[in-house]
Amino acid sequence: MVTKVVEKFRTMKTPLLSILKELQKDQGYLTEEVLKEVAKELGLSPARVYGVATFYSLFSVTPKGKYIIRVCESAPCYINGTMNILEMLQDELKVDVGETTLDGLFTLELTSCLGVCGVAPAIMVNEEVYGNLDREKLSHLLSRCRGM
Amino acid sequence: MEFYRNHILVCTGEPCVLKGALEVESILLTELQKQGLENEIRVIRTGCLGPCNVAPVLVVYPEGIYYSGVKPGDVQEIVAEHLVKGRPVTRLVGTDVEKRVDVVYQVPQILTGQERVVLRNCGIINPDEIVEYIGRGGYEALGKALIHLKPEEVIEEVKSSGLRGRGGAAFPTGLKWSFTASGEEKYLICNADEGEPGTFKDRLILEGDPHAVLEGMAIAGYAVGAEHGFIYIRGEYTLSIERVQRAIDQARKLGLLGKNIFDSGFSFDVEIRVGAGAYICGEELALIESIEGKRGEPRYKPPYPGQTGLWGKPTVVNNVETLANVPHIIEQGAEWYKSIGTPGSPGTKVFTLTGNIKNEGLIEVPMGITLREIIYQLGGGIPDGHSFKMAQTGGTAGGCLPPEMLDVPMDYDELAKVGSALGSGALLIMDDRHCIVDLLKCFMRFFNHESCGKCTPCREGTPRLLELIEKIMDGTAVKADLDLMAKLAENMEISSLCGLGQSSPKPVLTLLEYYQHEFLAHIEDKKCPAGVCKKLQVKGVV
Ligand SMILES: Cc1cc2nc3c(=O)[nH]c(=O)nc-3n(C[C@H](O)[C@H](O)[C@H](O)COP(=O)(O)O)c2cc1C
Ligand code: FES
Repeated sequence: MVTKVVEKFRTMKTPLLSILKELQKDQGYLTEEVLKEVAKELGLSPARVYGVATFYSLFSVTPKGKYIIRVCESAPCYINGTMNILEMLQDELKVDVGETTLDGLFTLELTSCLGVCGVAPAIMVNEEVYGNLDREKLSHLLSRCRGM
Repeated sequence: MEFYRNHILVCTGEPCVLKGALEVESILLTELQKQGLENEIRVIRTGCLGPCNVAPVLVVYPEGIYYSGVKPGDVQEIVAEHLVKGRPVTRLVGTDVEKRVDVVYQVPQILTGQERVVLRNCGIINPDEIVEYIGRGGYEALGKALIHLKPEEVIEEVKSSGLRGRGGAAFPTGLKWSFTASGEEKYLICNADEGEPGTFKDRLILEGDPHAVLEGMAIAGYAVGAEHGFIYIRGEYTLSIERVQRAIDQARKLGLLGKNIFDSGFSFDVEIRVGAGAYICGEELALIESIEGKRGEPRYKPPYPGQTGLWGKPTVVNNVETLANVPHIIEQGAEWYKSIGTPGSPGTKVFTLTGNIKNEGLIEVPMGITLREIIYQLGGGIPDGHSFKMAQTGGTAGGCLPPEMLDVPMDYDELAKVGSALGSGALLIMDDRHCIVDLLKCFMRFFNHESCGKCTPCREGTPRLLELIEKIMDGTAVKADLDLMAKLAENMEISSLCGLGQSSPKPVLTLLEYYQHEFLAHIEDKKCPAGVCKKLQVKGVV
């Protein structure tokens, strides 16, 4: 797996970020074994690879829910009601920021501006961005994730 | 070229897509087919048209009729009534939108005496079709530069246009290029990391007119002698990444990127690098570290990127909007460019309006327009009968201005004079329902989260500022804490390693200066005038 991904980026100079991004798709986070293997393949120290994996907010070294909900807490969203969105989510999911639901379906996180402030308040669920949120849209979104 | 009797533009900017534009588009295509109109009417996907608060938006040309808030169920009626019978469905024509799109996109003479420059094609062409860009004069500037101008002449033209960097620091672009023009192997980087809260102009430029950025990059590459270009796009911008990749592929196919462009002997190619979520990676040296596969921590300057940049080679880093200006300057000349805007800040600027403002979205206006004109004319004012309390210019790292300063011109130097910055062009408008201290806490949480931790003033200063703000909100602060905050902020400003720690004090210092009364109400009267801080009393209530 690791070898194959590393091979894919062979022609790219300093491809570490691209490789980690690709590898994370597999389990939703980067395991210690994967990081060690990447380090070996690229001839880097494990510390260097781990340092990168923990620096960027889109990488994770711990397991996360199937859906990572990132609530934008930057000022334009904040003014337009981030806190309401966050409270609704905490109520619905019964988790705090940084936690994962017991069924392993959702992880709740905060994020900085997602660049869609024209439709604030916004959240990102995995790779998709949703804006102009209110209670109704939010519960609709959650039931869709739950497969209901 | 085929002839179509109507063109229908479907906005596929993110807000419209989020609100179902793609579904509307697919029903539209089916309906047209049902009516046998598929060869008469052409449906074109465009980038953001601007009025995102009434998404999804369709525009029917040649009439130029804007439909807003179009639902899948409306499409059949539009096709049957408007396209078959020629009767626009007035129920769906956004009067509001029509006016706004006018203001935004055909900036009226009275307001400006100019037309839009950077957003010229956004919302008009299909960004996925290079021929449409070429059809509007695209890549002519590159041809002109490569065939008729020497690299020094390109630099000279950009220098004399007075173009200044649109990424935040406002450094003169031509001058930056001239520093990098000597030496052997070099790199050109387009900074599309766009992380400044409230900013989404680069995304909309990339989604709406990606070739303009690629053309600007190729011209810049020629000017400084770089054959390799990188565009660093933040990881959250999936649509931008897709569109830019498609644009690169198409340009390569036509030989507009690659070896020996226009037979001039000049070769240039572009590679996308994707960020992974870190505001600091917008800082040019942190960005370079990130491309090098490291943690995105800024380096000490000097050496500047122009001397030692990517992989140790001289490197030019320019913002998306800066580069999108370049083809126009080459094509129409520095004199033309200087005739727009102010002497110190020539040209236009794309602003993003967010917060408590009627028309959220993006506008392109000449530099020098006042804050008041932007908020009340283009922005439509403050909604729901509330009154204006504060505007923050330049994003979260910019200064906060009170109502008395609404007449400040949007110009790099004028804004610097009042302690603020034009920055990325983000404008956050806040009405009287919000508390200044509470908002400052929101700003400081952002910096606290995004500070990379490399230098002490920023790493230690931000959490201390956050603590002081929380004390004020709890009612446990004393008046001397305000002096402490100001002193700490001033120290961070002069001693932090990079622009993050140097500019995060801006909102602190401007708010302390212009809204001192509100801080004092919290501290001395233990009251939150806006009634937001839960641990304090509301003013007037005993
Ligand atoms: C914390 C921080 C974040 C920045 N983010 C961006 C960004 O997202 N996009 C950008 O173009 N410039 C950003 N900059 C400015 C860049 O360092 C650099 O000045 C700019 O890309 C140069 O391009 P320009 O001269 O065309 O503006 C940031 C600077 C700092 C200090
Ligand atoms: S502030 Fe939330 S998306 Fe920009």
